[in-house]
Amino acid sequence: MRATILVRPKPGILDPQGEAVQSSLRQLGFHVGEARVGRVIDLELEGADGESARAELERACDQLLANPLIESYEIALDG
Amino acid sequence: MSEPRPAIAVVTFPGSNDDRDAGLALEWLGAEARAVWHAEHELPSDTTAVVLPGGFSYGDYLRCGAIARFAPVMQAVARFARDGGLVLGICNGFQVLCEARLLPGTLRPNASLEFVCRDVELRLEQADTPFTARAEPGQALTIPIKHGEGCYFADDELLAELERNGQIVLRYEQNPNGSVASIAGVCNEHGNIFGLMPHPEHAVDPLVGSGSTDGALILGSLVDAARARVLTAA
Repeated sequence: MRATILVRPKPGILDPQGEAVQSSLRQLGFHVGEARVGRVIDLELEGADGESARAELERACDQLLANPLIESYEIALDG
Repeated sequence: MSEPRPAIAVVTFPGSNDDRDAGLALEWLGAEARAVWHAEHELPSDTTAVVLPGGFSYGDYLRCGAIARFAPVMQAVARFARDGGLVLGICNGFQVLCEARLLPGTLRPNASLEFVCRDVELRLEQADTPFTARAEPGQALTIPIKHGEGCYFADDELLAELERNGQIVLRYEQNPNGSVASIAGVCNEHGNIFGLMPHPEHAVDPLVGSGSTDGALILGSLVDAARARVLTAA
């Protein structure tokens, strides 16, 4: 089973990377509003299925992959 | 009889680069620095304090300090800290302590997204800690910073708690990185764990850097407190 985890800066948290991306895109002539930059983690899971996989990944996110003070995460399971 | 030289453990993670400077500064100030490798499971038995030095542990992968937190030695450091042991985190060491949740808040990329490397003016908010007792409350200190991710963040609730408990130990006079409330260093509620972004070990020798020796007030305070623990134990 494969999983994709999206980690994002929480709303309201200053995101200087997003601001730099927004300003660069505008300089290139793109008409863009706010940009936020997060992180994608693709994982292969061994021997896990459905709900147990999700519970396991939530623990992984809380312990390591995201910093709950400043980041939120979404888990998508595939196959 | 000369004063005892307290043993202070200085941890080296892969990617630490201020470990030797921190050790040298502590030796200058009367301590015995003990180099401890990240893969160790125990601290030396005579450890009176621990320093987590600056650098780029584990390449700053994922988030600064996020991987170092799981180094075997960190279990021992966490135990030592929970038993009331003195732990100082400098720069990357501060990031590691926040990721390990031994200190409140977290450190994020500088608001400017630029690496900042220069002396900064600091104001000491708390002189009543084992890390700052040699200085006066409100004293101005000049100590260098050198970091890309030193923007301290705490949400409003946590910030109010830190203010209330007197856990904000150091503030920048002019905020160099976007830290909330210009915070440069915080301690835990019990006051035995302290983290700061400025590098006191680089403001000890007047022949190095701008000539400020204000860093000795911080590291010297730690050596005093560590020595007091040796004498109490004896």
